[in-house]
Amino acid sequence: MSGEVLFDVRGLRKSFGALEVLKGISETICRGDVVSIIGPSGSGKSTFIRCLNLLERPTGGQIFFEGQDITAKGFDVNRHRQKVGMVFQQFNLFNNLTVLENVTISQEKVKKTAPAAAEEKALDLLGRVGLADKAAAYPAQLSGGQKQRAAIARALAMEPDVMLFDEPTSALDPEMVGEVLQVIRSLAQDGITMVVVTHEMAFAQKVSSRVLFMDEGQIVEQGSPAQLFEHPENPRTREFLSKVIHVI
Amino acid sequence: MDLVRIATEYYQYFLQGTRTTILVALVTVLLGSVLGCLIALMRLSRVRVLNSFSRLYITVIRGTPMLVQLYIVYYQLDFLPYPDTTVLGVDMERAIPCIIALSINSAAYVAEVIRAGIQAVDIGQTEAARSCGMTAAQAMRYVVMPQAIKNILPAIGNEFVTMVKETAIIQYLGVGDLMYNNGIVINATYNPLPCYYISALIYLALNICLGKGLNIFERRLQRSER
Ligand SMILES: Nc1ncnc2c1ncn2[C@@H]1O[C@H](COP(=O)(O)OP(=O)(O)OP(=O)(O)O)[C@@H](O)[C@H]1O
Ligand SMILES: [Mg+2]
Repeated sequence: MSGEVLFDVRGLRKSFGALEVLKGISETICRGDVVSIIGPSGSGKSTFIRCLNLLERPTGGQIFFEGQDITAKGFDVNRHRQKVGMVFQQFNLFNNLTVLENVTISQEKVKKTAPAAAEEKALDLLGRVGLADKAAAYPAQLSGGQKQRAAIARALAMEPDVMLFDEPTSALDPEMVGEVLQVIRSLAQDGITMVVVTHEMAFAQKVSSRVLFMDEGQIVEQGSPAQLFEHPENPRTREFLSKVIHVI
Repeated sequence: MDLVRIATEYYQYFLQGTRTTILVALVTVLLGSVLGCLIALMRLSRVRVLNSFSRLYITVIRGTPMLVQLYIVYYQLDFLPYPDTTVLGVDMERAIPCIIALSINSAAYVAEVIRAGIQAVDIGQTEAARSCGMTAAQAMRYVVMPQAIKNILPAIGNEFVTMVKETAIIQYLGVGDLMYNNGIVINATYNPLPCYYISALIYLALNICLGKGLNIFERRLQRSER
């Protein structure tokens, strides 16, 4: 039940100096997809997701977004990033601004939304992530889970076509993981397209429409959660899953 | 006591000198900060020429004595038509080259302070701002700078204090600052030690006041945001 193609990634490569981190990744992500990316540490998951909004510059291959080659010269990166929301492992809320201002600033400065309208939208989003009462607080006054929910509201404020999450719960104390996953899950249910790098296997299994397993800079195997978790075909996938599931 | 006698008898020399010292230090810090901002921007820019120039600038200025810089600026720029007037008792023809030299010097230190202050802000802040669609300039203006300024201002305050002391060298170009007038009083009294004590006390008082002022300012800043 996939919609129109959002991302069409073709032979994506990325090197840091002599180190090749992404070794030719091809993948399509469609509107309405909820794609989880799993894989061992250092396999290039963050690098891949960061290439999708050009926080990393690909060194080879192409990425098409809504039909446009985003790696082409002269492509408007800032415009692209408005359509691609990003949530970081370390939250990265703007420390100098209140929670409310965190959610209004890019609406006002980038989209040129009128302050009153931006604030209304921000309060609405903060309500949606359960932070209506924290609008006036500064990030330093929030718990990790609250920070991450505020960061999600900030990304949603730009009304992106797709949301990228890079290990959104990995920096959280265990008791706060649930509240953040719950918010992400509700977004998935609302039909928001997302790509989620995660170590939460249960979350990947329950929420995603598709799971990608990455290892050593390649997508080794991909499929529905049922396929990938219950009948993994590739030996590397099996080995990885046996490890993470044994740990649990 | 000689010290009290000299202080009461020649106080107008010390006061006049102090005024000149304050004026020169103030103008120098202002100009030095503006120039320092420019050098810091160059230092952080990705344009190779600007970046190399600012590195060279900072290396040269920090690697040579200020007195040497003062003389080089003085002789190198002697073709400039400095105004032959006095402003608030300061002889512009002599003071301007000093202010230029001190500002050039101060800018190098200010630039390093600004660069360090900006780089101390977590790169994640910039990445988050950019990933919301902000341009590099917007990210700097709305997110990075407001945080960096809290690292930068106290250090610029220190630079101010340093400058008040370092202006002492401008006496060598005949600018009537505190040390220059101190010399006049020594010649009149043939009694150097009390004169130097008086000057030392004045410098100390200036910097203590300055330090207190900066503290209040910093606390204001901390309160407005956290
Ligand atoms: N800016 C960089 N400069 C140099 N090397 C980098 C850079 N960013 C990532 N790498 C390297 O690229 C490889 C893949 O990193 P990446 O962060 O994409 O892995 P990951 O799959 O997200 O791992 P993790 O699960 O630990 O987050 C690692 O070996 C890392 O050291
Ligand atoms: Mg990662």
